[in-house]
Amino acid sequence: MKSLIMIIIAGALINNVVLNQFLGICSFLGVSKQMKASISLGGAVIFVITIASAVASLLYDYVLQPLGMDFMKTIIFILVIAALVQIVEMFLKKKSPAVYNALGIYLPLITTNCAVLGVALTNVQDGYNFIQCVASGFGTAVGYTIAIVLLAGIRSRINEKDLPAPLRGAPIVMIAAALMSIAFMGFGGLNL
Amino acid sequence: MKKYWERLWNGLVKENPVLVLMLGMCPALAVSTQAANGIGMGLSTLAVLVLSNLVISCLRKVIPDQVRLPAYIVIVASLVTVTELLIKAYLPSLYEELGIYIPLIVVNCIILGRAEAYANKHTPVLSMLDGIGMGLGFTAALTLAGAIRELLGTGKIFGAQLLPEGFGMTIFIQPPGAFLVFALIIAVMNAIGIKTRQRKLVESGCDGNCSLCASAASCDTKSAEEKKPDPDRKDAKGGEQK
Repeated sequence: MKSLIMIIIAGALINNVVLNQFLGICSFLGVSKQMKASISLGGAVIFVITIASAVASLLYDYVLQPLGMDFMKTIIFILVIAALVQIVEMFLKKKSPAVYNALGIYLPLITTNCAVLGVALTNVQDGYNFIQCVASGFGTAVGYTIAIVLLAGIRSRINEKDLPAPLRGAPIVMIAAALMSIAFMGFGGLNL
Repeated sequence: MKKYWERLWNGLVKENPVLVLMLGMCPALAVSTQAANGIGMGLSTLAVLVLSNLVISCLRKVIPDQVRLPAYIVIVASLVTVTELLIKAYLPSLYEELGIYIPLIVVNCIILGRAEAYANKHTPVLSMLDGIGMGLGFTAALTLAGAIRELLGTGKIFGAQLLPEGFGMTIFIQPPGAFLVFALIIAVMNAIGIKTRQRKLVESGCDGNCSLCASAASCDTKSAEEKKPDPDRKDAKGGEQK
């Protein structure tokens, strides 16, 4: 049990997926314009990454490895993720249109979010079992949500400032991300 | 002949995928700790991009429109797997350095973006040149950022000591340095470029990519450059009131 909590904390804070491993940067920079959208995207990412790491782990342990086809993992995982996102989308559309509308365009875009595939691949590389995979997927996704929501908060303030023209847009956002990344490096001192 | 050169120039400078279109930022930030890693990652991506553009362009009349995205993903994933196995076999040290980012070339926005925006509408030769141009642009951006980070972080470029030892600022080879260096490179490019011309480029570059890549919203250079308050924010407030 204790090791599971460690995996979650390590995934969320110490090895933060965005600020430390640079996965999911596209949506991190793109969607963090608005607080509301970032929270929706964070929710969707937690949902999809947790399910995707569970499914990927099962597939790897019970299908790919017994057949000796580990080298196919990239192709299989990306297809599973794409199919999964589609299924989740259809399910939400039918069962809870409110959530579906809140997530909007962000749900299909998760397919190309490298955090999802990245987590599935690192889990397999680290030799995690099923439960550990789910925990690590959940922790990573929580870390992604923390980072994007924090950045959205910072950006809502940046928008009100009079910046030098060359820094407007992407550069200032990346400088803010750099400062956040320095702050998150502090979690590296956590002794788990 | 001119249109072929135009393709190369377009990818390398005018629509540089990383610095102008802001595509493929994840691997760019992650592997630019050294100039050599930048070249390795850039060339691997170039190989995948050229082949995927070629294959997709050849198959553009065969693949039905409704299932084109899954088809593209399968093509790209297969090519990436081949590249990964080749690097693992012949360049094991590079494989160690790049690690997880080699399989992640699959989800690099540049590749699907070029497939969707260019390769499925043009002839194989032009598509390949487009891939070469974009790949070289990606390689150049990564190598530049890698060289800056390596020089500031360790005082070396390509492993050759340029600054006296002990002058390295470790922060630049750590994660925050990646964000800082790219922010400054893009800021310098913004300062040099003529704004109106650049705005036009951002618009034409985003064409078609938005539906594919989550970085669609990072076209915010456009909205930020307008002096008006951000229209998105107004919309958000209006939505909340409802």
